Amino acid sequence: MAQTVPSGDNTLLRDAIPVRKIGRVERFLGPENYRILQGLMKTPASITGFALVLFFVLMAVLAPVIIPPVGKDPYSIPRDGFKSDPQPMGTEWKRNVPEAPFWFAITGQEKWTHIFGTSEGQYDIFYGIIWGARTAFYAGLIVTISTLLIGIVYGSIAAYYGGWVDMVLMRVVDVLSILPGVLAALILAAILTPLIGKSTIPVMVALIAFGWMGYARFIRADILSVRERDYILAARVVGVQDSRILFQHILPNAIFPTLILASMAIGDVVLSFAGLSFLGVGVEIGYADWGQLLSFARNWITSLDKYWYIITWPGFFLLLFVMGWNLIGDALRDVLDPRMRGKT
Amino acid sequence: MINYIIRRLMLVPLLLFGVTILIFGMLSFLQPVERLALYMRDFPKNDKVVPALIAKYDLDKPIFVQYWNWLVGKVDASGTREGGILFGNFGYSRSASQPVVDLIMRRFPATLELTIWAVAPVVLVGIWLGVQAAVHHNGVIDQAARIFSIVGTSFPTFVFGLLMLMIFYANLQWFPPGRLSDEFSKVVESAAFNRYTYLITFDAILNGRFDIFLDALRHLVMPILTLSYINWATFLRVTRGSMLETLRMEYVTTARAKGLPERDVIYKHAQPNAMLPVVTLAGFSVVGLLAGAVITETVFNYPGIGSAAVRAATSLDVVAMLGFALFDGFILIVAALVVDILYALVDPRVRLS
Repeated sequence: MAQTVPSGDNTLLRDAIPVRKIGRVERFLGPENYRILQGLMKTPASITGFALVLFFVLMAVLAPVIIPPVGKDPYSIPRDGFKSDPQPMGTEWKRNVPEAPFWFAITGQEKWTHIFGTSEGQYDIFYGIIWGARTAFYAGLIVTISTLLIGIVYGSIAAYYGGWVDMVLMRVVDVLSILPGVLAALILAAILTPLIGKSTIPVMVALIAFGWMGYARFIRADILSVRERDYILAARVVGVQDSRILFQHILPNAIFPTLILASMAIGDVVLSFAGLSFLGVGVEIGYADWGQLLSFARNWITSLDKYWYIITWPGFFLLLFVMGWNLIGDALRDVLDPRMRGKT
Repeated sequence: MINYIIRRLMLVPLLLFGVTILIFGMLSFLQPVERLALYMRDFPKNDKVVPALIAKYDLDKPIFVQYWNWLVGKVDASGTREGGILFGNFGYSRSASQPVVDLIMRRFPATLELTIWAVAPVVLVGIWLGVQAAVHHNGVIDQAARIFSIVGTSFPTFVFGLLMLMIFYANLQWFPPGRLSDEFSKVVESAAFNRYTYLITFDAILNGRFDIFLDALRHLVMPILTLSYINWATFLRVTRGSMLETLRMEYVTTARAKGLPERDVIYKHAQPNAMLPVVTLAGFSVVGLLAGAVITETVFNYPGIGSAAVRAATSLDVVAMLGFALFDGFILIVAALVVDILYALVDPRVRLS
């Protein structure tokens, strides 16, 4: 039997193992991330999710093109008079009319009408929805990113130092998680509003203050499991600095699940934000925010059959927005579930 | 087991202490003048007496003195105690102009009643949906349940509530918001009506007034439907996941191999074990309802502690709001303890770790 000498071009081996072409994207992302990307692009649910989020991104970015702002502050919804009864869809827009944007040429219209009608106090619903997309992204992203950063730093400190530091820090997390999130945020926002003034800030601060604990717990658990791996031990034996071990070796390997958690939370954050505005804490009346727009309906409960458009349109867009994020989050969870590995 | 319970019990005082610190921390955002409401019902009309009152209640003293006063109250020369949350004085609500504790006691039965009636639809139907989805894994029912669950988690509670009001109240006039119709409220408030429990549905039966019972129930339908729909999604997801995992276990295969009917395999062998994570979820959901469904109660104008907290928040009645938070905190700490211990009783793996 002749010995086969290994050579650079082993035809035997090449025939036995089918060679898969590795594309540029896969080489750039690495096999694991590429698999996730592939998984995300396959299911109809996640594609719908991405499409929805893209739709809202366009809506937010193009807001000034879709309906140009009236007055100085683009985030205050223009009012067509001061009558309290909502006006039906398609009513002529008389006062504070926005300029006609260029796309009117296609529709053949010349003047604005209230496409989705007006709410209590003649606030234009269509304007509120379009500019409200900006508020939703703004609040959702800022709150999610801040809570994520706080959670990561806090959880890393707890996990890295361990012992009584960990003990104390995690009890603080326990205490902050006792109250239901909406109630805690409601209280803090109501306390902060007179101090800071009516704007999006009090509610965002409140949501951040009571929103980071989940990330801290999550990253702590992941760090604790990564810390026990052999390569960390190896780094320690070689004498690598503590901070370098934490930031260069442990965190990059432990952070991924937490990031996924954050991407799934954006929808929830926007829900809570809209919920608090709906309850009447935070933003000024007439601010372009979906929750605020919906809160007008609270005074018209007995005649909602007549004024259905004041809840249906803002509610529909809020639902779609949250659903987009949840669909993406759901697909991510499926792809990342270790039990599903190799099945995509 | 006893070890576990003791360890878990030791956490309780710590959490209680933590919650008081948290709430007191939020109180200290207020001006000393506003904090007077902790000790006195009526705000002094004369501005000149304010500094004297602030000094009287130590509101200008260091923070730990104030914290101590807030906890145990302040005893004056004649021996009467003012304030002191440990003695059941949470301060005075400015917007309702009555002691916060009275306000809680008046509002809490409504929330309790809603919780009692909502438990079965929320928990049992939620679990049932999850089991069905898992049993028909990847089938039509599973796909439908999946869509249902995604829409459910994405549906804003208040939008769902408003839609219910639009359909069932404004259009069909089947179910009204609130807790009781006006004509029956008068009956319930009158002396002829014995209030044994302060839960209207139960009191109505005990008084033999079935018309009142039905009316109270009619008011509960929409909040219950809303709470159910919002919670079902979570129950569905957790039960489905846990059930799928259990159905893959070998003992289930064994049960099937020895020829048990599929119904027994699912409901007698798989389901009880799959329920472990659901037990915790159910516990916390019920407790969450008890703490006041803030948005649902507000949308339906249901007079529970959730809507009372919102009213206090929008009228900037911070002392009342924090009183509600304190009350909720106490309930939730005790309830979490109960849930944890029950869970350890059901699942031996927990107490050994």
